[in-house]
Amino acid sequence: MLELFAFGDTGWGDELLKGFGVTVALAVVTLPIGILLGFLIAMASMSKNSTLHWFGIGYTTVFRGIPELLTLFTVYNGAALLLNRLAKFANPEAGFVELSPFVAGVVSLSLVFGAFSAEVLRGAFQALDKGQVEAGLAVGMTRIDVFRRVKLPQVWRFALPGLGNLWVNLIKDTALVSIISLDDLMRMTQVAVGFTKKPFTFFLAACLAYWAICALSEVVAARLETRANRGVRRA
Amino acid sequence: MDFINVIITFWPKLLHGLGLTLLLTGLSAVLAGAISLPLAVFRTTAGPWAQFPMRLYISFMRGTPLLGQLFLIYYGSGQFRAELQSIGLWSFFRDPFNCAVLAFTLNSTAYQIEILRGGLMGVPAGQIEAARAIGMSKLQAYARVILPHTYRIAQPALGNEIILLMKGSAVASVITIFDLMGETKTVFAKTFDFSIYLWAALIYLAVTTLFVRGWRYLEKRLNPHLAGHAPAEAAKPAMGTR
Repeated sequence: MLELFAFGDTGWGDELLKGFGVTVALAVVTLPIGILLGFLIAMASMSKNSTLHWFGIGYTTVFRGIPELLTLFTVYNGAALLLNRLAKFANPEAGFVELSPFVAGVVSLSLVFGAFSAEVLRGAFQALDKGQVEAGLAVGMTRIDVFRRVKLPQVWRFALPGLGNLWVNLIKDTALVSIISLDDLMRMTQVAVGFTKKPFTFFLAACLAYWAICALSEVVAARLETRANRGVRRA
Repeated sequence: MDFINVIITFWPKLLHGLGLTLLLTGLSAVLAGAISLPLAVFRTTAGPWAQFPMRLYISFMRGTPLLGQLFLIYYGSGQFRAELQSIGLWSFFRDPFNCAVLAFTLNSTAYQIEILRGGLMGVPAGQIEAARAIGMSKLQAYARVILPHTYRIAQPALGNEIILLMKGSAVASVITIFDLMGETKTVFAKTFDFSIYLWAALIYLAVTTLFVRGWRYLEKRLNPHLAGHAPAEAAKPAMGTR
């Protein structure tokens, strides 16, 4: 059985490892983009400007309400149509342009992650103690100072458990990208199954690999939380 | 074709897909609900060693992609074809619909056990002691005191779980099930009209919204004693993906 997972030409170990790398890369690239997007959306939905406010609310409602798979297909097919129209517009002789599945994956996973993390961040901002902001302003800090030195460090602390959960969800969601034929772990597993006719063995191995990243992530998240809370007095 | 004409032409397909999505979700949610109750009671009463297999199961189900679980059951069963045939189960696993229901049920069971565990642990100890003190048997205490409380506490979270399950059920389209997502993909493949995706999104959103409304109404009906008080924090929208 183990020879199935050997490296080199005889086994599928190296192919699966490559797929595993793509899965991790996809999640790691998506994370900062998604958090940044979530931050902006959270700012928008907390804004006093009603257009921004409703845009933020609408965005989170839509992207949390529709299946991730639908978002992925909408981005993949929709962006391809759009790109082709633009290409035809710029150069009528242009051939068919295809969007890279990796880019489509990063874009759609970021859109989804942005929506969920916006809610987590909004909750964190609202959990801040108002008195601290007033105290900051009272001792002469500018609004930007207060934001950077009083709000941000605490938002990080409040948002960390939620973001940790979202990260685990993100890793699991990356598997969907195999459906638009990005060579991630799930897709390479399917390729291996096609050759070896051992579907249970290989899909179980893939699931165990996802499980391992998720378990590891939970340990890291717990460490980060302990670190973020090191200055907090416990009752 | 434009935005309006697409839906005029293809609404029967989307409606059929929606029916299948609702059937998949409803069936799996109810089955998981039935299985998770005794398991959750076990989870809160058994010792750590007896619980170990269940904790492993829950961790696996929550730490792996639903797509992987679906493939493991649908394609993975093929590896045991001879064995399954000999016990007469092969015809069950050959059908993608059965496999999807099985995968979603197993997955949702793990989430629902943890939700119910939270509910069971949230029942005030004094109430259980009181029930026992006036002579209720353990079973009676569960039926009349503990479980009604548990479901009241767990209800909002169970609603979120059902919504997540419905969103997750879109992966069934990958194993040739023509649910809402699957039908949408076939229409797109035929027409290359992008607006069909927007219609699908609208339908998913509409179903989610209606469900949230209905679930909140149910919550009010189940908690008449809270009427007139400030509403318990509005059921938080689904926090997570599958």
